[in-house]
Amino acid sequence: MALLEVRDLKTHFRTDDGIVKAVDGVSFSIEKGQTLGIVGESGSGKSVTCLTIMGLNPKRNTISSGEAIFKGENLLAMSSSRLRDIRGNDIAMIFQDPMTSLNPVHRIGAQLVEAIQLHRDVTKRQARARALELLNAVGIPRAERRIDDYPHQFSGGMRQRVMIAMALVNDPDLLIADEPTTALDVTTQAQILTLMTDLQKDFGSAIIIITHDLGVIAEVADDVVVMYAAKVAEHAPVDNLFKRPHHPYTWGLLGSLPRLDADVERLVQIRGQPPSLLNPPRGCRFHPRCPYVMGICKTVEPELLPAGDEADHVQACHLDVATKDREAAKVLAGTMAEAS
Amino acid sequence: MVRYLARRVIWAAVLFIAVTLVAYVLFFLIPNDPAKLVAGKAATDADVKRAAHFLGTDRPFYVQYAKFLDRLVIHQNLGFSFANRQSVNSIVGNAAPVTASLVFGGAIFWMLLALPIGILSALRPRSLLDRASMTFVLIGISAHPIWIGLIFAYFFGFKLGWTPITGYCDFINPSTDCGGPVQWAYHLVLPWATFAILFAALYVRMIRANVLDTMNEDYVRTARSKGAPEHLVLRSHILRNAMLPVVTMLGMDISLALGGAVFTETVYSLPGLGKTAIFGLNNNDIPTVEGVIVFATLAIIVFNLVVDLLYAWIDPRIRLT
Repeated sequence: MALLEVRDLKTHFRTDDGIVKAVDGVSFSIEKGQTLGIVGESGSGKSVTCLTIMGLNPKRNTISSGEAIFKGENLLAMSSSRLRDIRGNDIAMIFQDPMTSLNPVHRIGAQLVEAIQLHRDVTKRQARARALELLNAVGIPRAERRIDDYPHQFSGGMRQRVMIAMALVNDPDLLIADEPTTALDVTTQAQILTLMTDLQKDFGSAIIIITHDLGVIAEVADDVVVMYAAKVAEHAPVDNLFKRPHHPYTWGLLGSLPRLDADVERLVQIRGQPPSLLNPPRGCRFHPRCPYVMGICKTVEPELLPAGDEADHVQACHLDVATKDREAAKVLAGTMAEAS
Repeated sequence: MVRYLARRVIWAAVLFIAVTLVAYVLFFLIPNDPAKLVAGKAATDADVKRAAHFLGTDRPFYVQYAKFLDRLVIHQNLGFSFANRQSVNSIVGNAAPVTASLVFGGAIFWMLLALPIGILSALRPRSLLDRASMTFVLIGISAHPIWIGLIFAYFFGFKLGWTPITGYCDFINPSTDCGGPVQWAYHLVLPWATFAILFAALYVRMIRANVLDTMNEDYVRTARSKGAPEHLVLRSHILRNAMLPVVTMLGMDISLALGGAVFTETVYSLPGLGKTAIFGLNNNDIPTVEGVIVFATLAIIVFNLVVDLLYAWIDPRIRLT
């Protein structure tokens, strides 16, 4: 049985302008100790998906449906007190901006101790010892001195390490990392990613990592979900996705990666803007931006189906497999049909 | 820290001189001769001259100002009232406790009102309670304290007879015919309520906005993601941060109000600093007016310093350098 199985997850927000379907029928699953990457543009629903799983969306004006079965229990249907037991204990979360994710008026140590004592019946002294152990594990230099510092006395990278320590302090089965490296500079990004993969080996946690950076995915993920406009566009093991991408949106993402091996004057961009989720396009949601658009794309929404012979590689696109393989090969060679 | 304090004290001195000097200059721009008032209606020119010499108002204003500073700094003496020759030290000394009673009692009143209403309406935005409290805010901010005071005095004091309408009772030693803590509080209930309404309205609005802002902070989401129950999230993560600016505002408002809650004191005939200042102004009584100004300025300077020190203590991000 999968550690977490998400089935047909929908999250809709009521706004003054109408209903925003931020997540619209997303399914995926993750096994123990595995790493799942969720990739997509801003506003594609990656973060909302995870916040819904954690029950962290504002209650007012949010309608969620579907299932998120975690160790046999549906997270979306359980009582808020049961969910609180799971949050921070079985499932922990790291957020995008370490500068604002720690409470500025409490000491680092106190914030870690709080996380421990919410779930473990231990004394403050024991909790503090555990907090110190974690701060050392995430590589905070002179942790025994810095444990009594305030967040503003740490750099962004160090704060993200503190966030990781705080997330892992109760040894969770699942760690959700929402763009954990986006707000950091490039060298720090690499350190944080390495830290996360190293700690994953020690702690055995499964990780869901949300990012818009395919480079991060390539580095850490086992499985990849590509999201576009609140839906899953493609879902594949990481090697498959990079060797044989099937969805034109994935091609766009791959094509827009900066490359050193090909002689490209400027980066390829996906033309247009992501659609409004208040009123998404009919048919395939990517069709207004797709260079390969056909008549059927404008009326019939493609289903998420296996592409060719690989059962674990699903995608939602009307193109035939032969065309896909041909175009994918071009993308990988760096000569994608100029989309702009 | 020592350097910080030293700098603050120097600034306080500069501010103090600026405020008192401006008050002196303004006074000399008023085309009214205090000597004439002192000398009386039937006075001859010679009488007025003698009175002016006696008061010192025949000297240029900078000489008078220098004398004022000299008296104040060297002898801690504010001089004597032009109007009734009383020591200004004792005039201010008698009026300050009245205003302080009004202001501190009022502050407790308005915080007791504003804290629960502000927090609850932030937690349930657009609810009935929120809308009712926003209506209260609108009324509180729009209605003039004099009007509120008169309405309160009419209904609660006159019609219902619940409270005295005017007058002040001393807290400790009864100089008037009543005294003691109970009478003191009984006489101050209406002034407190009147004084508190405006500030309660302002503070409800501010607390509500701060709590709403803080609720959307990332670290509040972090606290929830750790599995913290809502009451802990509210107390330890939201309120602790949302109250920081409130502390600053409270310090500033209290210090400002200590200079005299003119309207409330007038309506309820409280012999506080506001009333004293108005009396001084009406009688061209520079020493009394300067006395009130000196006291108010000191109150503001001291309170602002206290607030800054307090702020550095409750907000670890602030270091006084």
